[in-house]
Amino acid sequence: MSKHMINIYLYTRYERLWHWLQAAAIILLLLTGFEIHGSYALFGFEAAVAVHNFVGLAWLIAFAFFVFWIFTTGEWRQYIPTTKKLLSVARYYGYGIFRGQAHPVPKRIDAKHNPLQRLTYLGLAAFLLPFQMVTGFLYWGYNAWASWGVNGLSLGVLAVLHTLGAFCILTFLVIHVYMTTTGHSLSAHVRAMVSGWEAVPEDTPIEAWELAQPKSPTTSET
Amino acid sequence: MNRQQGIAARKAIVVMLAVMALWLPMGVSAADGKDPAPGRVMARQATIGQEPWTTTDHSKHAALQKQFGNGNEITAACLACHSEAGEQFKQTIHWTWIGDTTQDGKVLGKAGDSLNNFCISTKRMNDKSCQDCHPGWNGKTEEINCLNCHSQKKVNWSEVFEDYNAFAQSDDPEEKEMAREIQTEIQAAAQSIGRPTRQNCGECHFKGGGGDGVKHGDLDTSLTKPNKSLDVHMAAEGRNFECTRCHTTVRHQVAGRIYSKPAATARKSLIQDDLTAKITCEACHGATPHANGHKANDHTDKVACQSCHVPEFARVLPTKMNWDWSQAGKLKDGKPYKEKGPDGTLDYMTIKGAMTWAKNVRPEYAWFNGTMKTLTVKDRIDPSRVVAVNEPMGSPDDSNARIFPFKVHRGKQPYDKVNKNIVAPMLSGDDGYWKTLDWPRAIEKGMAFMADVPYSGQFDFVATSYVLPTTHMIAPRENAVACVQCHVRQGSRLADIAGVYMPGRDRSRLLDILGWIAVFGGVIGVGLHGLGRVFTKGRKKE
Repeated sequence: MSKHMINIYLYTRYERLWHWLQAAAIILLLLTGFEIHGSYALFGFEAAVAVHNFVGLAWLIAFAFFVFWIFTTGEWRQYIPTTKKLLSVARYYGYGIFRGQAHPVPKRIDAKHNPLQRLTYLGLAAFLLPFQMVTGFLYWGYNAWASWGVNGLSLGVLAVLHTLGAFCILTFLVIHVYMTTTGHSLSAHVRAMVSGWEAVPEDTPIEAWELAQPKSPTTSET
Repeated sequence: MNRQQGIAARKAIVVMLAVMALWLPMGVSAADGKDPAPGRVMARQATIGQEPWTTTDHSKHAALQKQFGNGNEITAACLACHSEAGEQFKQTIHWTWIGDTTQDGKVLGKAGDSLNNFCISTKRMNDKSCQDCHPGWNGKTEEINCLNCHSQKKVNWSEVFEDYNAFAQSDDPEEKEMAREIQTEIQAAAQSIGRPTRQNCGECHFKGGGGDGVKHGDLDTSLTKPNKSLDVHMAAEGRNFECTRCHTTVRHQVAGRIYSKPAATARKSLIQDDLTAKITCEACHGATPHANGHKANDHTDKVACQSCHVPEFARVLPTKMNWDWSQAGKLKDGKPYKEKGPDGTLDYMTIKGAMTWAKNVRPEYAWFNGTMKTLTVKDRIDPSRVVAVNEPMGSPDDSNARIFPFKVHRGKQPYDKVNKNIVAPMLSGDDGYWKTLDWPRAIEKGMAFMADVPYSGQFDFVATSYVLPTTHMIAPRENAVACVQCHVRQGSRLADIAGVYMPGRDRSRLLDILGWIAVFGGVIGVGLHGLGRVFTKGRKKE
């Protein structure tokens, strides 16, 4: 890119931890889940079940912390869906990216998600992932349904719903991993999610405090 | 990135890896299940101090010191002290061969209307060869031979008194001496009394159907002195359980399934009821016997313990799997003959027909609530399909039913073409098929003892099946059936079990097709998008 780039501290330590923890959980759950589903043999059925149950429950607990975090920090605002510039972002990925055009909605500390991301991550965090957790938890607690007062639920139907969720998440994962390569360099987005620092064009409006890490007052430059 | 950012990034990665690593040991410990299984601990406690003890020594009883000239005298001696034992025993199925229950008015039991596809029927206890296992003296149903089950010495009772009486009446001193020796043997048997051993029970139950391992796949003479890999409970070197350890007995009523009557109606552990019959696994092991959190505990509401813990039956000696009576009667050089297979099993006998045997047999599985529906000689059959001479009752909706392992014995046996019922041919004796090789006559003679069942005189052979629950030969836990032997798409042991969703076995085919189209569609889509970016890279510099 011809523009001068500067680094901003975009992702806090907790966000990065949560992202990679959830990524690890989802990948493990997909690997073990599709083995349990009978798609292949990898860990062995018994180990796959044990790991799937453990990671699933751990994810459920960790997700409660995420929900707490997102509401106490006000970060939930990042997920408010908007149609503003939605089409231009879609046009960018479908056309502009091949022309070397600039991204229509560059990342900012108070607007980390472009309109397309807002929709995707809202769908994910508010619907798909909870759906998968609820169906998974019910699946896990199958033997306790009677004592939980769960009636009229069929394990077969529940299992199909849980599998449907898994296919959706796997499809998301494929596209999500690819999309990480669309930054100003192939690895820029991944590096940002590791270090917290993302390079954005210099003329992006940025608040002064965004430029520095809490512990180091010095301004950073590329 | 500057140096500080680099350090911060590395620190962040280390922290994240550390957090993830924390999960691992917990996940692994959940997976390997090393904690002691509570079910095993409970059962061990329940069977501590299994050394049997008694307050009497039968060799010191005056009543047993006398000269016995026939079996009835021994019975009288036993009953002289055990005054109620005779009445008790004569009410049990071991004596009556009649089940406790009836089925649509038909009398269940070997002496009743029940059938099987081995020797088919006892013809109301008139087929002499069947009587060998009746616990009376010399095949008669008069006095009880208590020693059958209680003597620790094995004696051929059908011959020993005949020999003794012949020699005792002789004047030859040598023969007199032999008579004395035989009497010593008789007395020794009458004086070595105890609870029934595996040897006692096995004399009939290991040889059901007319020979070792013929009938039950999980009961044969290999269980007289089994090793641990054959049976963890009865292993001579280990727990050394006798049959009665689980077949708990009250007033000579031995716990166990009797035709349509389940072995146990309530699933109770000894903790819930310390006098409960130990006939169920749960009595000693509880309903959730595996290590805390182990998935197997979640299976016990649907899957019987035996389904996983008896991976194969007939693991030492072969068991009969198929018996085709329609092949009987062939002659070689005008004479009846026998033919042995490569494993030494009798594969053909003129008097019995064609048979197949097998070892290490994988059971077949079915829903079973402990009740067996038995075909009787009075029931009409549909000869156009395989006739189930008995079948396990139970369904996925029945909370008492579990998926249970069975030996399925298949065969062909005669039936009445006009009245459409299975017939009972006489087998032994002068009129029996084994001597005459004459089916019409043998069936006529057999059915004559079942006067309440009409016989048209026209017969043919029909394919039948007979199931035997597999519950003995519990293997060491490392040999238990692994998850994937059932939870697998192809070749699942439970491929035919309906009514439950089993991950790994079951799926929605449509969802799988659509799901993988979406996933691979995504892969192709991003691949094309990426290629597009590669090829258009030059243009943006223009």
